[in-house]
Amino acid sequence: MLAALEWHILWQRIFHPDHVFVLALWRTVYISVLAQLLGVVLGLIGAIMRMSHFLPVRLLSGLYVLVFRGTPLIVQIFFVYFGANLLFGLTLIPRTVNFGAFTMDGAAFAGIVALGLNEGAYMREIIRAGIDAVDKGQLEAARSLGMPYRLAMRRIILPQATRFIIPPLGNEFNSMMKNSSLVFFIGVTELFGDAEIRYSTTFKPVEYFLAVAFWYLVLTTVWSVIQAQIERKLAVSERGDELSFRERVFEAWAPVAAWGRGAR
Amino acid sequence: MTPDATIMRAEDVVKRFGRLEVLKGVSLEVHSGETVCIIGPSGSGKTTFIRCINHLETIDSGLIEVNGHLIGYRKQNGELVEDSEKNIAKQRCEIGMVFQRFNLFPHKTALENVIEAPVCVRNLPKRQAIQEGEALLARVGLADKRDVYPGKLSGGQQQRVAIARALAMKPALMLFDEPTSALDPETIGEVLVAMEELAHAGMTMIVVTHEMGFAREAADRVVMMDEGCIIEEGTPEHFFTSPDNDRTKQFLSKIL
Repeated sequence: MLAALEWHILWQRIFHPDHVFVLALWRTVYISVLAQLLGVVLGLIGAIMRMSHFLPVRLLSGLYVLVFRGTPLIVQIFFVYFGANLLFGLTLIPRTVNFGAFTMDGAAFAGIVALGLNEGAYMREIIRAGIDAVDKGQLEAARSLGMPYRLAMRRIILPQATRFIIPPLGNEFNSMMKNSSLVFFIGVTELFGDAEIRYSTTFKPVEYFLAVAFWYLVLTTVWSVIQAQIERKLAVSERGDELSFRERVFEAWAPVAAWGRGAR
Repeated sequence: MTPDATIMRAEDVVKRFGRLEVLKGVSLEVHSGETVCIIGPSGSGKTTFIRCINHLETIDSGLIEVNGHLIGYRKQNGELVEDSEKNIAKQRCEIGMVFQRFNLFPHKTALENVIEAPVCVRNLPKRQAIQEGEALLARVGLADKRDVYPGKLSGGQQQRVAIARALAMKPALMLFDEPTSALDPETIGEVLVAMEELAHAGMTMIVVTHEMGFAREAADRVVMMDEGCIIEEGTPEHFFTSPDNDRTKQFLSKIL
């Protein structure tokens, strides 16, 4: 069976990607990054709303999570892009969205909004848990120094909550890069869409999907390295150590080296 | 301000946690430059009372004034209503607090901990705040730890930084909530020395403590609380030689 694979297609997709493919890769990256950023902002707003003294604000935050965590992402993507038009005959999102300095494909924009809205529901829970994980004494100390709630939140609580938020945030972004493939269904040619189109014209699904799986793996691997660096840096500042870059590399290698010694 | 001006006045303070009444009408006046130690068995309401003074706890009736300002509440049509977040924050600037568990900001160095509130709340220029912060750290004997994070300091050192941090706001009143209870025995002394120095320098202080040695040395007045009431108050001499109240005698015989 394996012999039936046309290896040269796979090779070419991996080692000699054409500019159409690179563009698709770039779309996946920027859609994921922007949607994740939107998700973090919405999650933060949602988390703060959840702590409000005003009941309707808390309910709104709860409803948001209920809806966006409780329905399929692809349905949300369809509703964001087509919903207003089909329900009310409104064109909320034009074919091309103009930001002045640059323009963006309307479908890509809708995809970012939908992915971000969905992500915000999950981020709200992660950020809330992060804030809860900060010792209660910190807020008391900040307040006893005359800091109003918002200032205490911004200067004292959120910086410490970051340490609890970053690891799950990294996992969320990993999922985001893969989930972004769903925007193909509203016509955005990103990484998955590119493979889908190529396969439908060549009838070589295995080759193209293997190649696209490889490229997703590259994206998530690059991200996991970046994430590890961020977490390491946070842990260092928490401990109060000032390690040089050389020491940090050495420390990162220490377990590997120890394992190598043990194996021998 | 006359030397014996009232800094803190509590009148008939009642505090309930659900159905449990933890303060049953506590009244106390503290004058400028005075050091008052509050002692008593655990569960007597000492910590709750001191937390009410800077409104970390709401109160159910009575009133608390610091420097003549109502704390946490304002009068509206003859009734007391809870004040706005912003006003309460302003009132707290006058009141320094030192916690049992230090509560230093772990993501900031010793100096950053000290200058945080003066810069962000009082809008002091950073250079001036750093100068004052360094002087305060020197005062508690930690000038050389200015760039060290709390995680690398001993308990006693952390608590001294916490004292410097509270002093940086130039408060009229300092509250200490069992400042040595979470410390290793060998570091208690250095914190008590810093507090004694502060008391002698004329700071107005209310100290909840189990350190009878400190109460004897540094306090102008000792207040004994039990079951949500102040049951006896007097000079340290009176207290430790001839207390009137039986429960005070019992408590002191157990602890001394």
